[in-house]
Amino acid sequence: MTASSSCSSSHPGLNLGAAHGQAHEDAEPVMFGFWIFLMSDLVTFAMFFAVYATSLQATAGGPGNADIVDVTSIALQTGALLVSSLLFGIATVAMKHGSAARTVILWLLASLALGLCFLGLELRDFIVAAEKGAVPMRSGYLSAFWALVGLHGLHVAVGSVMICVLCAQIAIFGFASDVKTRLLRLGLYWHFLDIIWIGIFSIVFLPGLLT
Amino acid sequence: MSEKDQRARDLRMYFTGFAAAVTLTALSFLTAILQPFGPVGLFATLGVLAIAQVIVHFRFFLHIDLSRQKREDLQLILFTVLIIAIMVAGTVWVLGSLMTRMM
Repeated sequence: MTASSSCSSSHPGLNLGAAHGQAHEDAEPVMFGFWIFLMSDLVTFAMFFAVYATSLQATAGGPGNADIVDVTSIALQTGALLVSSLLFGIATVAMKHGSAARTVILWLLASLALGLCFLGLELRDFIVAAEKGAVPMRSGYLSAFWALVGLHGLHVAVGSVMICVLCAQIAIFGFASDVKTRLLRLGLYWHFLDIIWIGIFSIVFLPGLLT
Repeated sequence: MSEKDQRARDLRMYFTGFAAAVTLTALSFLTAILQPFGPVGLFATLGVLAIAQVIVHFRFFLHIDLSRQKREDLQLILFTVLIIAIMVAGTVWVLGSLMTRMM
């Protein structure tokens, strides 16, 4: 590896490298800008976590944490998100190293499928919780719970839509330089949602198993 | 380094991160299910494992490291963590104190 290519590792996420010309030159400022957005999103999530932590006792006699945690479902959701993140990483590596558009789209669709598995399981958990009377209107605690977990689910849903949009853009425009940097930014977003999920299962779900 | 080696190296980064993340997640779930340490020990273990996994994700999926080219990104993360620590700790402290006074 030459000195110039080691310096080319200049922004978060996978770096395309100098061989990608325009796309690589464009990447640094737009990736840094997107990174600032992600960090402000992290602050938003942190405040939802803070509200959750302060409402733990505010169950008003309704269902608490232990009543609504389904650990098998949470483990499956965690696995789906992790594998989805790995597949997205493989898709970006394939793009970087000149794989065909069709190959990259297939990896992205595999990643999307697991994202949708996650959403399906989460939705099922929400429905089961609602059937037990654990609706957001029941107590302060449940409002905070639905807001925090729901906000993450909403992010995953938006990310899933964006994966479809990016697949369409790759199919229509091929790997134009702005399509490449968009895919890199979506990668940051998708990996970032995993980090939020670590907080959710460690702070919200697993302590609910405490006997 | 050939193109093929470079590709293998990029992929290895993601697979290493994935293996580490799966291990740490499994440890978190096992600790919570088996509960070998009692309540305080459980929270401490979950906290340590979560921080370790966050670092793994930043390092292997988001490719943040200590190199000079990533310095600005790392500073942005650390500043965000500082803001979060002040706001979250402040919220939990003030509202927690309020709650005990209202009891």
